[in-house]
Amino acid sequence: MSEHMLLRHRDFPDLDQLKVYTDNGGFDAWKKVVTSMEPAELIQLVKDSGLRGRGGAGFPTGMKWSFVPNNLWPHYVVANADESEPGTFKDREIMESNPFQFLEGLMIASFAVQANVSYAYLRGEFWQIGQMLEEKIAELEKAGFLGDQLFDTKYSLRLHVHMGAGAYICGEETALLESIEGKLGQPRLRPPFPAVAGLYTSPTVINNVETLTNLPPIVQQGVTWFREHGTEKSPGVKIFSLSGCINNPGNYELPLGATFRQLIYDLGGGIPEGRAIKAIMAAGASSALIPATDAALDTPMDYESVANLGASLGSASVIVLDETVSMSWLAQKTTHFFKHESCGKCTPCREGTYWMAHILDRIEDGQASANDVDLLFTVARQMQNKCLCALGEFSTMPVVSSIEKFRGDFLARVDGQTR
Amino acid sequence: MNELLAKYPKEIDMILAKYPPEYKRSAVMPLLHLAQADPGYVTIQALQDIAEICEISITEVGSIVGFYTLYYDKPLGRYHIQVCTDLPCALRGADKFLKELCERLGVKVGEPTSDGLFVIDEVMCLAACHRAPMFQVQGGGDLVYHESQTVETALAVLDTLRTQAAAEQEDKA
Repeated sequence: MSEHMLLRHRDFPDLDQLKVYTDNGGFDAWKKVVTSMEPAELIQLVKDSGLRGRGGAGFPTGMKWSFVPNNLWPHYVVANADESEPGTFKDREIMESNPFQFLEGLMIASFAVQANVSYAYLRGEFWQIGQMLEEKIAELEKAGFLGDQLFDTKYSLRLHVHMGAGAYICGEETALLESIEGKLGQPRLRPPFPAVAGLYTSPTVINNVETLTNLPPIVQQGVTWFREHGTEKSPGVKIFSLSGCINNPGNYELPLGATFRQLIYDLGGGIPEGRAIKAIMAAGASSALIPATDAALDTPMDYESVANLGASLGSASVIVLDETVSMSWLAQKTTHFFKHESCGKCTPCREGTYWMAHILDRIEDGQASANDVDLLFTVARQMQNKCLCALGEFSTMPVVSSIEKFRGDFLARVDGQTR
Repeated sequence: MNELLAKYPKEIDMILAKYPPEYKRSAVMPLLHLAQADPGYVTIQALQDIAEICEISITEVGSIVGFYTLYYDKPLGRYHIQVCTDLPCALRGADKFLKELCERLGVKVGEPTSDGLFVIDEVMCLAACHRAPMFQVQGGGDLVYHESQTVETALAVLDTLRTQAAAEQEDKA
């Protein structure tokens, strides 16, 4: 029995080899859904499992699938493998080391909505992973797991890899679709939602790599087993990407609801040189800062509990910040990221990230006054709820929360004070 | 004469087969990756060739080159070395690593080395936050990660690439 549900390659060496994967139950779930399940039955199973999207929003996966109308065809499924959030490196490990479980998940999702062609959209920097996945897909075609009239049924499925070329925004699902269509990666206005008018204006499901990787074990071992992990509202396990000021950075697969303290101290080995912890970002660069009080450290890491801290679990990319980190420096770092990655389509984000970066540079250069901190706060607040997609909103999170919770770090830089 | 099509007929067939025949435009990104592999950037000729294959305007192809950071419209070094300096990497010393690497090579960020082989740049998050400092090397149609680096190991990687490039030159000669 495997210790891991998703990072199973850590229990089974060479799980990226097809024979090893099939010898350990691989593609049993796939065969089961194609030969013995109705799509509606599969959608109901995933709804009952309570699986929520692992890309950041936590939207119930089965419900997402059920929005796809059955009077508009063809349907597509797209795996979102554009993993680019600073602090996130979980999908990469899954695809590199457990690629077949991911592909099997993508295939199961495709069957659920009866897509005959599905795509995996990888960020361009995952070039070597893309090449490897192409080879794995060819192997699956040869082995009869992909192709026409699978297992002598009427169902046919082909998978293709589409490589991005360096744009964080393409992780936003409508920008991702634009990118596959050969256009600039800029988000679309919604509605219509992709479930109705997605890729090539056809109904489309977009699921994150980790979400898809959950599907084979759910199909194979059932809802009751799956719900034995995690919490009532956030069932299952989650891969936490742990980085920053931490002794043992890396990916940790834990039940949803494990605490920050367990992750950071029991598994992560605590802070280097015994320094004190100052704050946590739970959702990569897009996070509101969580001051690392005892109560915060003992908070369960599930969607609801982290939201109660005024933050978000997002993709569970936990960046640890110790007492040596200045939050104005941190805000400058994250803001420069979002400024670079803003697609330029909507004004609040394009201009807002530019001006926030400008003011933060001035603060960090010791050229600002206390008024500039207020100005920065105002600019960030004015952007909120006005951007076309989540990128602009995300960019304001670390800025607003760092000023609210660590204003002293900013004031230490202003009025001619230097580091 | 479509030079790209003449050079890579099989590859282009395979790329076009991935997308519905009425949506040829979808091939623009894979075709740009293909066209860039050899020269290291997208030539004007390649823009024309891709526009013709995808049945869109040259301007539209050009806009894709401009939008996505992994495409280049002019020659860079043979190898583009991109060091991630985003927040998680910076917390593990990436800024210092980049500064020292540039000092040892005697270049500024974004400038080519004297032999024209390398350009060192900063890059946004590459999903390798747990193994910082790290960088990617783009060139020759490939893109390779080098993780958990020190300035010494990075210089050794560059030495290996230098030897490789010299061997390629000899092969051509």
